[in-house]
Amino acid sequence: MRETDKRRQRTGRDETATTLLTELVSHLREYRTDLRQEWAQRITKARLLTAMTEEEVFTEATAVYDQYVEALETGTFEALQAYARNLSERIIPRGVETDEVVGIVLLLRDVLARSLFAKYQHDFSTLNRILDAYEPAANRIANTVAVGFVQERERIIREQQEAIKELSTPVLQVRERLLILPIIGAIDPHRARQLTEQLLHGIRATRGKVVVIDLTGVAAVDSSIANHLVQTVEASRLLGATVIVTGLSPAIAQTLVNIGVDLGKMNTVGDLQGGIEQAERLLGYKVVPIIPEEAAPTRAPH
Amino acid sequence: MAVPILKQGDVLIASIQSALTDVDLVALRDALVERVASHRTRGVIVDVTSLDVVDSFASRTLRDLAHMIRLRGARTVIVGIQPDVAFAMVQLGLTLEDIPTALDLEEGLAFLSAGRHAR
Repeated sequence: MRETDKRRQRTGRDETATTLLTELVSHLREYRTDLRQEWAQRITKARLLTAMTEEEVFTEATAVYDQYVEALETGTFEALQAYARNLSERIIPRGVETDEVVGIVLLLRDVLARSLFAKYQHDFSTLNRILDAYEPAANRIANTVAVGFVQERERIIREQQEAIKELSTPVLQVRERLLILPIIGAIDPHRARQLTEQLLHGIRATRGKVVVIDLTGVAAVDSSIANHLVQTVEASRLLGATVIVTGLSPAIAQTLVNIGVDLGKMNTVGDLQGGIEQAERLLGYKVVPIIPEEAAPTRAPH
Repeated sequence: MAVPILKQGDVLIASIQSALTDVDLVALRDALVERVASHRTRGVIVDVTSLDVVDSFASRTLRDLAHMIRLRGARTVIVGIQPDVAFAMVQLGLTLEDIPTALDLEEGLAFLSAGRHAR
């Protein structure tokens, strides 16, 4: 609906709008140095982009200004969009916030509008028509830059979430056929599912025979997660692997007892070290010091 | 579809190749229980690697099979349950509780020759 309105407006006064925009653009080109200078000063004064030095602000301001004028002139926003994305990529790691980006674009809009007021203050009807041409384009530019920034941020957040997800449930092989799954931090249903999946596929891929799940880093779980853990232990058994659970906190122990876990199915050891030792026994390993005790601590040559 | 039963030493190996109907499963159970005594068999391995679904009937049939074979003097190992199948089974409460399981055929043979009992 709005789109068709806009189009009708545009076609209705196509010629005048184009002429006005051309006039506008030549005005902006003429006063480029002053306006850009003023904009950069306003940015500094408003304490925006404090993460950047004044020179950097000025350089970026120049680039944005030129892109801005070009977008006004050509009516195409691709170049500006690409620039906004690129700019966001550079400034997000430096801690620039969304309100700052929106703030500077609105400042530029304000600076330019004021210069138009100053120029056409004696010709009110021309000013009106110039503003009619200027406002929609300026709004769209502000929109493009802000949306570009937010999208870039969201992309980064998504990437980080992926990375965290993968890091959060590492299945590690410590010996032939012995896997450990250290879990640190709260377990939500999503993480629990992922953990099970990675463990079961890990068992299959590495031909794991004994798995030590270490819960030292987990303070408490609710009953559905506890149930899920028990199911994971049973599913691992169906794959032919024995699971040893270590480091159960008192709270988790209580939850497991509350849900009525069958202790015959749960193989638990107090700490990770004990768990690994028991796993080694199950696999038939025997760990002995390579130097006789009286010779320690001097290291024997290989 | 009938499941081929191979004899390897004193072990019978039934390798399921495709999805089985309930009738096929029962036929497999009967055939295995039948042949256990006639070959002086010590162990039976049922390889379910190619099964994408193990429902309650299949799981109960496998359990019955293992129990019947135990009564006939041999032991059964179920091998090759897929990770996703395993978790789905557990969620349905089909845990094959007292039946030995192993990762694959090789592990199953190792388990039987090790002669260990409870796992």
